[in-house]
Amino acid sequence: MAEALERQPPITSPVDDHVEPGSSLWRDAWLRLRKNRMAIVGLYILIFLTTVSVIGPWLSPYTYQGQNLDLGASPPSAAHWLGTDTLGRDLLTRIFYGGRVSLAVGICATLVSLTIGVLYGTISGYVGGKTDMVMMRIVDILWSLPFIIFVILLMVLFGRNFLLLFVAIGAVEWLTMARIIRGQVLSLKNQEFIEAAIALGLRKQRIIAKHVIPNVLGPIIVYTTLTIPMVMLLEAFLSFLGLGVQPPMSSWGSLIKNGAQSMEEYPWLLVFPGLVLAATLFALNFLGDGLRDALDVRSSKD
Amino acid sequence: MPLLTVEDLKTSFHTREGITAAVNGVSFRIEHGETLGIVGESGSGKSVGCYSLVDLIPRPPGKIESGKAIFDNTTDLLSCSHSTLQGIRGKRIAMIFQDPMTSLNPYMRIGDQLIEPLLIHFDMKRKQAIRKGIEALEEVGIHDAENRMRSFPHEFSGGMRQRVMIAMALITEPDLLIADEPTTALDVTVQAQILELIQREQENLGMAVILISHDLAVVSGFCDRVNIMYAGRIFETGPTEEIFYNPQHPYNRALQKSIPGLQAKGEELYTIKGMPPDLSKRVTGCPFSSRCEYAVDYCSQEPIRLAETSPGHSTACLRVQKENLTV
Amino acid sequence: MSDYFLEIKDLKTHFPVERGIFFRHEVGRVKAVDGVNLSQSQGEILGLVGESGCGKSTLGRSILQLIRPSSGEVMLDGKSLTRMQGEALRLARADFQMIFQDPFASLNPRMTVLDALSEAMLTHNKALSEQELKPTVTGLMKRVGLSPQYLRKYPHEFSGGQRQRIAIARALAVNPKLLVADEPVSALDVSIQAQIINLLAQLAKEMDLTLIFISHDLSVVKHISDRIAVMYLGRIVELGPAEEVFSNPLHPYTKALVSAVPTADPHSERQRKRIILPGDPPSAMNPPPGCPFHPRCPYAINDCSQTLPAFDSLDGSHHQASCIRLRELEPGVPNQA
Repeated sequence: MAEALERQPPITSPVDDHVEPGSSLWRDAWLRLRKNRMAIVGLYILIFLTTVSVIGPWLSPYTYQGQNLDLGASPPSAAHWLGTDTLGRDLLTRIFYGGRVSLAVGICATLVSLTIGVLYGTISGYVGGKTDMVMMRIVDILWSLPFIIFVILLMVLFGRNFLLLFVAIGAVEWLTMARIIRGQVLSLKNQEFIEAAIALGLRKQRIIAKHVIPNVLGPIIVYTTLTIPMVMLLEAFLSFLGLGVQPPMSSWGSLIKNGAQSMEEYPWLLVFPGLVLAATLFALNFLGDGLRDALDVRSSKD
Repeated sequence: MPLLTVEDLKTSFHTREGITAAVNGVSFRIEHGETLGIVGESGSGKSVGCYSLVDLIPRPPGKIESGKAIFDNTTDLLSCSHSTLQGIRGKRIAMIFQDPMTSLNPYMRIGDQLIEPLLIHFDMKRKQAIRKGIEALEEVGIHDAENRMRSFPHEFSGGMRQRVMIAMALITEPDLLIADEPTTALDVTVQAQILELIQREQENLGMAVILISHDLAVVSGFCDRVNIMYAGRIFETGPTEEIFYNPQHPYNRALQKSIPGLQAKGEELYTIKGMPPDLSKRVTGCPFSSRCEYAVDYCSQEPIRLAETSPGHSTACLRVQKENLTV
Repeated sequence: MSDYFLEIKDLKTHFPVERGIFFRHEVGRVKAVDGVNLSQSQGEILGLVGESGCGKSTLGRSILQLIRPSSGEVMLDGKSLTRMQGEALRLARADFQMIFQDPFASLNPRMTVLDALSEAMLTHNKALSEQELKPTVTGLMKRVGLSPQYLRKYPHEFSGGQRQRIAIARALAVNPKLLVADEPVSALDVSIQAQIINLLAQLAKEMDLTLIFISHDLSVVKHISDRIAVMYLGRIVELGPAEEVFSNPLHPYTKALVSAVPTADPHSERQRKRIILPGDPPSAMNPPPGCPFHPRCPYAINDCSQTLPAFDSLDGSHHQASCIRLRELEPGVPNQA
């Protein structure tokens, strides 16, 4: 053995206590992402907007429902940096609160879709066969239901509930997630390292948790960053239709809806919420693109 | 007059991780009708070198740093215009690749792919080209060629696809065929068929062939001359008999010794210790010196270059050059 | 109880080919493994040779129950693997392991060497404590010729040969008795191939492993094996001691295979005549009647398409082949220089 070891080459001196740190694919991906300027700018914008939305309302001297009917709609000024709406409510504060709602909807609904979608897709893809066929037909059927009718039905049945909004949107978005994950798992399942894990006698749960899911996390993360803006747009759309958050609560979508109604007289009511929403969507998309490039295994091999 | 003279070719890849010198100063020539084998392990630069000649290196990250490749005594393939190269590549220089499935377009009928070069390079009428295509398929041993022209690539087996690739490469009657591991993806019994076919077509057309392979055994029966490559350089070049019966470079000898088929059973196989060097790091001296059992101090310090030791036979080993080392 | 450690009896693995969108029905069967009988004593190295599509990988996976065979039996150390189910099979897997062809695909890219090896160990040895684990892993790494300083490295930081060493270490982590190596060196460079073959031969000897070495390359197999089995279209057509099969092939297919192996010797390469087989191996979905090799066989006679030849030897020895003209044909490779 000793002789064979000596001939083993790359290794200089096998010193047991000196263990070289490895470089995981995650670390490599992070290093690549850091070099992508647009993605990093996107990341900073997101961090900034989230922080401001969370702590902004505490710093602001106004509340989201505090009306000042004497003032009415006023353009940006020193007291009201982004102006006030027709009821004299401070727009900046309402944007903060709206940000809380919109981001919360975006993140929660995405988490809902993520959890259902990943579990459903992984099981369907990994188990395969008849189970897979039945599970995917169910997805197809749900997919063919018109989303708006589905949401309106929910609203009629359960009333206009804020929580319901997360569930409704999440319950629709998971379909795409499940399909994407299933496809990834299917191609992963035929990889030899999964076969090796089976040959080793690992339990099915462990194979899924340790060998399958970590290797589809890349696409999951990327798709998540792209789902959040989709969900936020959906929320905005529902609010625009009047199916979203109820006044006096605000979301970026409802602010835009209200702003649009009076955009000729009071353009700032549309412009500022619109800008914030657009910035968020851009940032998320750039981050998503950057993550996709960074996590792409092909580019890590060059 | 040589058909192709390559001088000091350097190709590197510029990636995030640094600059990889894939081909590092390679010079060789090939005469009309000659068969040249280029042997090396993965990463030796054997394929990159040949792809550089016909502008098939992805750029970026690939970059041809320097060199000349004089084709037919007139054109420098590396500096000529794009349209000149277009006129040579696929017409006078043809290529076949390792994996015949990925080098055929799966959505195009075999016939249409086959006659494409004729339509492009010779302005042939479609009918005439189809007739020539059928002839070409029959020539490479495909039965029922007329009907097979209408088949898609997936309807052929691996060996048949490689035959189609050869028919396609040879349909313009090129002067030079570059065959990159043409039999590696094929079964042993099919390998023999394909090599024989290439050999027969070479005699018919009088073309020169460059056979790129990792397999010394394949090259030994097929080529007139052999280049042994390692870490982007040519280590040894000479007539096939010289390379096999009178190896001069320690790497060449080690490579031959490690072929399992040649060794007595039960004995431990001869191995070359270590791994090929990382080409993104600058190597001073001989890149093989860290793995070489004959290496002495100056091997890792002095630059290497190919020098003739006997007529037509050159080696890049410093010890052979300086001390007449026999391996 | 028999003397053999591994016994394979009339093993068949067929894959149904189904068509139809709503009502799936079977339109044919790919007979990847079609009636294989083999026995192997403990510590023996058996080389399994054949071209792509002959079913050699499927046979290997069927033995290890990674693909469940359609019929037949696999007995390992007196226990029937084919009859085991679920949890019993999962626990029994410690006894038989596999090494795969592509070391770039057979390791989980997100796991360090330490993770991969300790996962394997802990699966079948729950008693292993945290303190014992690391030294055991280090010991295993040294055993396959890897420096323990790479303990925390990820697969992509290794070269092909080193990855294959990790894969070997992972297979050995559970102390198997039977090891199936499916083309373990064909993805590696020539100089690295020799290192891995040496390592496998040495470990097999040290650990008294029963090894099935699957390869398309006769010369590689010849070197490491005690016996060689040649497979064609789902069946074993020749079986015998390695030297015998290589230098004295009985079956026409083996003759062709041996004659096609190139040697790195320009003179003999140019002089010798290869038996060039016409065409490609037929599909395993519609194998030809009679002897599966007869459409490509240079020695075929009419009877070949009628009867399936039985396994027979010339002199009652262990060197056997299934060819009806076994006694008429000269053993060995004809026309060789």
